[in-house]
Amino acid sequence: MEIVQNAVAGTLESNDVFVSVEPGQGKLDIVVQSIVFEQFGKDIFNAAQEVCVQLRVENASLRLEDRGALDCTIKARVETALKRAGEVNNA
Amino acid sequence: MRRTMLFIPGNSPAMLLNADIHQSDAVILDLEDAVAPGEKDAARMLVRNAIQSLDYGKTEIIVRVNPLDTDYIRGDLEAIVPLKPDLIMPTKVSDAEYIHQVDQMMNEIEEKHGIPVGTVGLIPLLETAEGIENAYSIAKSSKRVKALFLGAEDLSTDLQAIRSKKSDEILYARGRIVLAARAAGVEVYDTPFTDVNDDEGLLQDATFARSIGFTGKASISPRHVSAINEVFSPSLEDITYAQEVMEAIEEGKRQGKGAVSLRGKMIDKPIVDRARKVLEAARELGLGGTHE
Amino acid sequence: MSKMIQNLGDAIKASGLKDGMTISFHHHLRNGDFVLNMVLEEIAKLGLKDLTVQASSLFDCHAPLIDHIKSGVVTGIETNYMTGRLAKAVSEGLLKKPVRFRSHGGRPAAIDTGRVHIDVAFVAAPAADRMGNANGVSGPSACGSLGYAIPDSRRADKVVIVTDYLCDYPLFPCSIEETDVDFVVKVDRIGDPKGIVSGTTQMTRDPVALTIARYAADVISASGLLKEGFSFQTGAGGASLAVTKYLEPMIQKLGVQGSFGLGGITGYLVDMLEKGYFRELMDVQCFDLKAVESIRTNPNHHEVSATRYASPAAKTSCVDSLDVVVLGATQIDTDFNVNVHTDSNGYITGGSGGHSDTAAGAKLTMIVAPLFRARLPIVVNKVLCKSTPGHTVDVLVTQRGVAVNPQNKDLYAAIKSSGLPMTDIHDLKNMAEAYTGAPGGTVPQGRIVADVEYRDGSIIDHIRCVK
Repeated sequence: MEIVQNAVAGTLESNDVFVSVEPGQGKLDIVVQSIVFEQFGKDIFNAAQEVCVQLRVENASLRLEDRGALDCTIKARVETALKRAGEVNNA
Repeated sequence: MRRTMLFIPGNSPAMLLNADIHQSDAVILDLEDAVAPGEKDAARMLVRNAIQSLDYGKTEIIVRVNPLDTDYIRGDLEAIVPLKPDLIMPTKVSDAEYIHQVDQMMNEIEEKHGIPVGTVGLIPLLETAEGIENAYSIAKSSKRVKALFLGAEDLSTDLQAIRSKKSDEILYARGRIVLAARAAGVEVYDTPFTDVNDDEGLLQDATFARSIGFTGKASISPRHVSAINEVFSPSLEDITYAQEVMEAIEEGKRQGKGAVSLRGKMIDKPIVDRARKVLEAARELGLGGTHE
Repeated sequence: MSKMIQNLGDAIKASGLKDGMTISFHHHLRNGDFVLNMVLEEIAKLGLKDLTVQASSLFDCHAPLIDHIKSGVVTGIETNYMTGRLAKAVSEGLLKKPVRFRSHGGRPAAIDTGRVHIDVAFVAAPAADRMGNANGVSGPSACGSLGYAIPDSRRADKVVIVTDYLCDYPLFPCSIEETDVDFVVKVDRIGDPKGIVSGTTQMTRDPVALTIARYAADVISASGLLKEGFSFQTGAGGASLAVTKYLEPMIQKLGVQGSFGLGGITGYLVDMLEKGYFRELMDVQCFDLKAVESIRTNPNHHEVSATRYASPAAKTSCVDSLDVVVLGATQIDTDFNVNVHTDSNGYITGGSGGHSDTAAGAKLTMIVAPLFRARLPIVVNKVLCKSTPGHTVDVLVTQRGVAVNPQNKDLYAAIKSSGLPMTDIHDLKNMAEAYTGAPGGTVPQGRIVADVEYRDGSIIDHIRCVK
């Protein structure tokens, strides 16, 4: 999937994650910020990456601000943000 | 046994995470009114992932989807039906044709995913005058329909009635939906009581709903669940009486009697059926009735 | 003779404070306290060095201490609780000498037995007269009980009362008596009422906390302790406070009256006193305006000193007669040891307060906590800091299960037959990790930044530098 525009998904509430996506600079770039970075930074990164691979997103810049979201939430928020960024919004 | 159905907003990770701790028999994961129009896509993916990866144990999962006249319903169903939730709740259901269209979409999705067609059931939400008027035909419209659910807030608006705590304005609709559901042989659920701080009012409202035949009641607050559960559970007297009925029947059989009476009253088939149901419910809930 | 002194600087001089001495403060003004900062500012101006601050608790408002430590004015801190910017700086190695943590009972025990010597106690007093009789119940900075200041006022070599509300002699009631007071200073303001007590303590609406509280009340009921004359203490936060909400109807149904409610007192305990569910409240600290008003006016609501509240060196203290205490935790390990000193990264975020004292005294010590908080499971293999030893903890209550310490066989049997969702504490850990995944991360390995003294004076654990 081609990322054609900026998009965001999620919130900064507890147990949620705020994801921002921008068109990439020729590669996939994922930045993770988290209140549980020490304990789960790698898991959060992996969850985000997994969704990118599934959706064949190879050129995008993702930024995650995590508030202790579980993997299932991280994946949902990343997928939402990517799909929003991959569609041209005519509205 | 489904006495309570607790609404959980579909776009709240924290609420989804703990949806099953409130002792509600079912949770309604809501993609409709609890989700802002701009977040429909987000809630759908969140609820889908939650059902996929969280273990809700014995709690039944119902997903409330967006109405047929929106662009969302097909996407909602495509995301959720493959996960085989216990029930899908279509909203603002007006007539049998509405259910036929939903049924058709679900058939396609089930077929596509190799799920036996008809696996996922429906609990249509009737919240318009037209829906109530067509309650019986809706209940009979598809084998998927397992229960009807009354939504009083939207209905009151549609009726141009004034919504009140006493709920006289929905009395006819309540009676009508119970009648339709029972005639069609499906369960029937009452509208939530919306004042989260009025425990006494909740108790009266639930007790009334039970008395006129509702199977259970929806709730918008975890705080209401235990009171509703209690109202819709068989009481100890119900269970004891049901046990006596079954014993009297057994005794009658042993003695070769055709007609059996208990406490000076003839036991006929409806009484026996009701006693069976009470004991079945009690067994499911782990209440007093150990008699067989 | 006059004890009145014109300003703080002169009072400090008059007290004979010298380099290397120990000065003490109480924390009844909590995050609204001005007095500790005012005193240290004057001390810095006087050029004194190498002081030890002996404070019952330290809050974010005490962040100016950081600069006094950097400049060498303060070189030692002893406290029962520490939070905010100072706690963060200490965790990162601000102080050369490790902080000495005690408990609310351990501190007065150390003071009363002479293990801790206070040279000068600076006592913030919401109301005082010219001879130093002082209380916390009147004036613009009213905070209610002055329980934590009492041992300091009795044992310190010099006692300086700092007030912003000077009353006619003799002031009654008096928590601090003139017999112990050397000097009295009037200042403009001793604190910001907004930070001292909350207007009303809000009951949580979080459905998870309420579920935990409901189970906790059921555990108390199943324990058999809820009978005529029972006694009870609970924290002011989240699920702990909400336990009272579920306890009330149980008490009402049983038709029994409790003998006393203890501890930091909130409006909810006051309500229970007023409804007759308790005969007395014993109050070492007021948390809200309702509690302040009640201790001022209700003859059954009593101030108790920190010594009487929880000191193991006293012949007896209130915690020895306590039936049930409901406490929180940032971590609990599979041996039921509890951490309330640090967060999961090892940063200091609190302290024992009365945690280990009430746990040691109460017949039933309950920890209430969600199964995991922001993806961090509450149950761990080993706590980062052992604040309260596991053998004094009876049960952990979460929203998905109740784990009884197997050492408490009676409670184990009672809960088992109660219909509550009973689980092993190891299962709670596994259950949490099924949601969150196993947490990674490292244990801080730096030098020791704090020693944690158990209430009996022994060192129970150390806290290490996070860097």
